[in-house]
Amino acid sequence: MDIKLKIWRQKDAADKGKFETYDLKEVSPEMSFLEMMDYLNSKLISEGKEPVAFDHDCREGICGSCGIYINGRPHGPERGTTTCELRMRFFKNNETIVVEPWRSRAFPVIKDLIVDRTSLDEIIKAGGFISVDTGSAKDANCIPIPKNNSDKAFDAAVCVGCGACVAACKNSSAMLFVAAKVAQMGLLPQGKVEASIRVQKMVEKMDELGFGFCSNILACEYDCPKHVSSEFIAKMNRDFFSSKVCKQKVI
Amino acid sequence: MIKLDSKIPPGPLANKWSDYKSSLRLVNPANKKKLEIIVVGTGLAGASAASSLGELGYNVKVFCFQDSPRRAHSVAAQGGINAAKNYKNDGDSIYRLFVDMVKGGDYRAREANVYRAAEVSNSVIDHYTAIGVPFARDYGGLLDTRSFGGVQVSRTFYAKGQTGQQCLLGSYSALCRQISKGTVKMFPRRDMLDVVVVDGKARGIITRNLITGEIERHSAHAVVLATGGYGTVFYLSTLALGSNASAAWSAYKQGALFANPSFIQIHPTSIPVLNDYQSKLTLMSESLRNDGRVWVSKVEKDKRHPNDISEEERDYYLERRYPAFGNLVPRDVASRAAKERCDAGFGAGDTGLSVYLDFSQAIAKQGQKAIENKYGNLFEMYEKITGVNPYKEPMRIYPAGHYTMGGLWVDYNLMTTIPGLFAIGEANFSDHGANRLGASSLMQCAGDGFFIIPYTITDYLSDEIKTPKIPTDKDEFAVAEKRVRERIEKILNVNGAKTASSFHKRLGKILWDYCGMIRNAEGLKKGLELVDELEAEFWKSVKVTGTKDGLNQELEKALRVADFFEIGKLMCIDALNRDESCGAHFREEYQTPQGEAMRNDEKFAFVAAWEYKGSNSPELHKEELKYEFVQLKARDYK
Repeated sequence: MDIKLKIWRQKDAADKGKFETYDLKEVSPEMSFLEMMDYLNSKLISEGKEPVAFDHDCREGICGSCGIYINGRPHGPERGTTTCELRMRFFKNNETIVVEPWRSRAFPVIKDLIVDRTSLDEIIKAGGFISVDTGSAKDANCIPIPKNNSDKAFDAAVCVGCGACVAACKNSSAMLFVAAKVAQMGLLPQGKVEASIRVQKMVEKMDELGFGFCSNILACEYDCPKHVSSEFIAKMNRDFFSSKVCKQKVI
Repeated sequence: MIKLDSKIPPGPLANKWSDYKSSLRLVNPANKKKLEIIVVGTGLAGASAASSLGELGYNVKVFCFQDSPRRAHSVAAQGGINAAKNYKNDGDSIYRLFVDMVKGGDYRAREANVYRAAEVSNSVIDHYTAIGVPFARDYGGLLDTRSFGGVQVSRTFYAKGQTGQQCLLGSYSALCRQISKGTVKMFPRRDMLDVVVVDGKARGIITRNLITGEIERHSAHAVVLATGGYGTVFYLSTLALGSNASAAWSAYKQGALFANPSFIQIHPTSIPVLNDYQSKLTLMSESLRNDGRVWVSKVEKDKRHPNDISEEERDYYLERRYPAFGNLVPRDVASRAAKERCDAGFGAGDTGLSVYLDFSQAIAKQGQKAIENKYGNLFEMYEKITGVNPYKEPMRIYPAGHYTMGGLWVDYNLMTTIPGLFAIGEANFSDHGANRLGASSLMQCAGDGFFIIPYTITDYLSDEIKTPKIPTDKDEFAVAEKRVRERIEKILNVNGAKTASSFHKRLGKILWDYCGMIRNAEGLKKGLELVDELEAEFWKSVKVTGTKDGLNQELEKALRVADFFEIGKLMCIDALNRDESCGAHFREEYQTPQGEAMRNDEKFAFVAAWEYKGSNSPELHKEELKYEFVQLKARDYK
C-alpha cells in the first residue's frame, strides 16, 4: 500500500516546529506502525536527510515508551493498542496519516515526536509507593487478600505510564494515571496504612506540575491502551474527599 | 596474570550464605552517608539494588537509557517468578529448587551461587507482596502458583501474563521512594559508554546524555552494572530494541572477564518471523505450555488449515519424545525439537518455520473463561499481531533469541575481576549455567538486587570509609572520556551509505545461522570470518546522520552495533572452544544417536572466562566447577 505522512518535525525544545509531508510507497499491511516509521527513516537516511525521532523500546506494548498521536488519537485508531502494536492493515491505501507528538503543557517536546514525560515519575515519587524497607516483610501469605480486591488492584496496576490519557484529555489531566496508582495501592491492605496521605500528596503534585482538571469526558478511558477504567477516578475523588474531611494531615 | 578466585565460602551448602553473611564486614550509618555507589540499569536487578542501597543510607546514583526507570525490559517478562515456598505441599524446597536449576543449567553453573539464589527467593516474594505487587490469588485470599517449564512442582508466582511488569513496577516504586527521600539520584536518558578504573579499582563511568549529547563524568566508590543481557546481538530477538551490551562490553575491554558468552537461550515460544521488515520477535509466555499442546502435521509440507488436520494426523512430538515431561520440557530441549521438525519439512505456515501451540483441548476441558483468566492478555497480544484468534485456531510459534546466561564473570560477592565493579542480574553469568529455567530470571535479578548486593558491597566498602569523594578531574577520567569522544568521532566520520540497522540485521542473520540453536566447528569458523568481513565493511560504509550534539538516535544505534560485532565474535570463539553440547549450547558433533546433547564433564566442567586482548584474540581463563552436593548426570526428560 502507498501512504502519505504528515509528520510534526521539531529540531529541539526551542524550535517552533512544523509539519512535513512524506510519500511512502510499498508499505506492507503486516508492518507495525513503528516498523513503517523505521522504513521511512531508512529512506530518509539514504537521501541524506535527518530521520524522524520517536521513543520506542519493547515493541510489544508493555514498556510504555512509544506514544504517537496518530490521526488525532493517542496510539492511533485501534482501541486497546499501543503505537508499537498498531498494524498498518488498519489504514487504507493512499490514506494521509497525521503524526504528532503528545501535546500537553506537562509534556514538553524534546525533538520531533519525543516528549518529556518525567512529570509522571514525579507524581509517583510524591507517594506512589508503599513505605516498606527491604528485609522487613513477613511471609507473603500472612495477609489474606480477598481475590476480588486483589484482582481489582491488578486491573489498576496494568497502567504502562505511556501518557495517552493525558494526551487524549482536552484539559491534559493525568487523573486516570494517578487514580490507577492510588487505587492499586489503596485496595491492598499493605497500602491502606498510607492511603490518605498518598492520595493527597499525589493529587497535589499532579496539580503543581501543570496537569489540568478532570471534566468527566472520559476520553482517557477510551484511549487507554490497557483499558484502565475511569471508575478508579471516581474512587480517587472519594478517597481524596474523605482524606480531607477526616483531616489527616500530610506530614 | 589474572587468577580466578570464586570466593565460595566453606561449609555445608545450606549454611554457606547465612554463615558468610554473618562474617561480612559492616559500615556504620554515618560513614554510609559519605560513600557513593553508581548503579547502571533500572530493571529488576538495578532498581532493586538502588532502592535497597538507598534504604541503607548510601548515596546512590542510578542511570538508564530510557526516559523513565519504569521501562527497563524486565517489564516484558510474562510468565512468573519462582520461589521455594512449598505453599502447594507438593514436595518443593530450597534444595529442590537448587537441584532443578543446576540440572536445568546442565551442570555448568556454580553450586553455591545457585543455592543462594534459591534461598533468597522466598524473601523476594515476601518483599514484593509487602510493597504492593498484585500477584494472583486464590479464592481463600492466599497466593496462587503454577508450574513452569522443566520442573514437576508448582512454584511459580504470577500476575496474569504480566509478572515482569508488576515486579518491575514494584521495584520502581521502591526506587521512586528513595529518590524522593534524596538517597538516590536518578539520571535517565544516559548511555554508559565506558568505565573508569583508578589505581585498579572501578571509580566511575562515562555517559552520554542522550538529549544534549554531552559526555559526562560520574564518580563513585563502587560501580554496579545491572545492564541486562546481549540477546539483541541477533537483531531479531524477544528483547527491547534499546537493550544493548555496550556497558558490559566496555567493562570487558577495561579488564573484567566475560564468561560463557556462547550460552544464549533460544526461547521456544515466540511469534514467528512474519515479514522482512520485522524489527522484533514477540514472546508468548512459556506458561502457555501448561495448557497448550505443541504439534506439527505428520504429513510433510502440509499447507492445510490447522483445524482441518485431524487428530490422527497430528504429531505431538514433545509428548512423543519426552513422555515424562511432555510439553513442559526445558526451553533448550523444546527449541531444538521444534527446529528438528521444521528442518525435516514438517513445519507449519507459509515459511514452514513454525509449529502449532494448540489450546482446543484445554478450552474444551476447562472452558474459555478459565483460559482467559490465565492467559487473556497473551491471547489478545497474539491476535493483535497476527490477526488470528487463538481461541479458535492454534497459535503458530517458533524459537527466538531470548536470554543470555553468559555475562560478566563475578565471584560469590557478585564482583567482577575489576575490584569495585559489580555485575548483577542478567549482566552476570553466575546462576543459570548453560540454560535458564523458566521464571528464574526475575527471581535471580530481584534476589541479587534486594538481598545479595547490599551485603557484599557493604563488605567491599568497609575498606573505603577513609576514601574521600572521588574527583572527576583525575587523569583516568580524562583518558576514558577521550576514548569515548574518539569513538564517536570515528563513527560519525565514516560517512558511508548504509544504516547501522542494516548492518545489525545482517550480523544477526550470520549469528543466528552459525552460532544459534545448533552449531558446528566449521560453521562457527565461517561465522567468525563473516562477522569480521561485515565489521570491516561497517567501519567503511556506515552512515550516521546528524551530529554528536543533541539527540541522535542513529548515533546511539551505531555505537551499540559496533560493540555487537565484537560480542558476536567472542560468542563464536567460545562456542568453538567448547567441544561438547550442554544446555543451550548444542554442537552437532556432540550428540547421542537419539539427537540429545552430549556433555563432556571430564574436559568441560568449567566456566570459560575470557580476557580482552584485542578483539580477535581473547585469552581463556578456566574456573573449574566442583560439584560437591549434586551428582553430575545426563539430563533426562524422558
